[in-house]
Amino acid sequence: MMYYIEQTVTSFIASAAFGMIFNAPRKALWQCGLAGMVGWVLYIWLQDIGIQKLAATVVAAYCVTMISYFFAKKYRKPIIVFSVSGIIPLVPGGLAYDAMRSAVENQYDQAVQSGAVAFMMSGAIALGLLLSEVTNQVIRKIRANKSS
Amino acid sequence: MEDSLREEREIMKVCLLAGQIMLQSGAETYRVEDTMMRIASSYGIDHTHSYMTPTGIIFSLEDPQPMTRLNRITERTTNLYKIDRVNTLSRKISQGGMTIGEAYRELQEIDRTRAIYPLWLNVLMAALASGCFLIMFQGTWSDFIPAMLAGGIGYYCSVLLHRLIPVKFFAEFSGASMIGLCAVLFVKYGFGQARDIIVISSVMPLVPGLLITNAIRDLMAGHLVSGLSKGAEAFITSFAIGAGIAFMLSFQ
Repeated sequence: MMYYIEQTVTSFIASAAFGMIFNAPRKALWQCGLAGMVGWVLYIWLQDIGIQKLAATVVAAYCVTMISYFFAKKYRKPIIVFSVSGIIPLVPGGLAYDAMRSAVENQYDQAVQSGAVAFMMSGAIALGLLLSEVTNQVIRKIRANKSS
Repeated sequence: MEDSLREEREIMKVCLLAGQIMLQSGAETYRVEDTMMRIASSYGIDHTHSYMTPTGIIFSLEDPQPMTRLNRITERTTNLYKIDRVNTLSRKISQGGMTIGEAYRELQEIDRTRAIYPLWLNVLMAALASGCFLIMFQGTWSDFIPAMLAGGIGYYCSVLLHRLIPVKFFAEFSGASMIGLCAVLFVKYGFGQARDIIVISSVMPLVPGLLITNAIRDLMAGHLVSGLSKGAEAFITSFAIGAGIAFMLSFQ
């Protein structure tokens, strides 16, 4: 339990800090942190209950973007204000680092392996973004049909 | 005829400046296009075409007289505040609350504003984010301060160098090598324990997160040229970071 509290707090602070580095408007910082926090906690929780890393990334990226859509609608700001800092924790920096380090140590088979996994993880983030885009467009279509 | 031409030129100026600010601040391509078309149509010009890549905007009006202009974009940063301001402005314009002159003056004012947070705060935030990432990546609390220091120093170094020498690749490379150096030294003198985790978490503030998400979104929206070039920029940045780290580690 302590572990989850720790992760929740740190992911919130990290995402909000990223919002600040990217010059997000002051009022949007809370929402930036919240989006990042939900995405990250979901990501580690899904892995804890035995779901593959790739699938967890897709779900987390999807949720971050959906939350950002919600905030974007509510506060009338562009969506990237909220989504960027939320996506950052999911970027496979560790794997890319492993790949680089192996390459330096002349272990090229290991480097290619880590690099391929990092590439797949980026693809998973892309898939998550794509799915939320599709969901959002479907919602918009349904609403437009209802009102007409 | 003369009057309408002059007005057309003014509208063109407003649209292009709005587009330029957004593109320089790192907005998605489709949002920039959308904003420019909206501004033009709320001033009564309905047939417009815009084409943009991360390095330039071509905007063209069809009636009353065909007119096309090109704006070159050389510098790209991440400034969500400016994107938000221009977005709000375009909303105001399409509600009909602004003349062309007012809009242009306000855009110029937005263009002039610099970062809303001072540099020391940004560096502090980069340090804080690095420390928090260390915990998120299963590090121990005793490595919190080393990661903060390494992350802050690396970020500060890359920002300073970028101001001095406008070659982005080199600034990121040096920032990453500073982080590598700090991590190696910290571990060597017993200040930190897990070198790998310290490096990974300190490098996070340099990671091109906005470029990656934007590249994907642009590609999905069918802006193939800008999507691919943003992807290339993200790749180069990642490569610079990786090379900087690898450079330092290879000295061990």
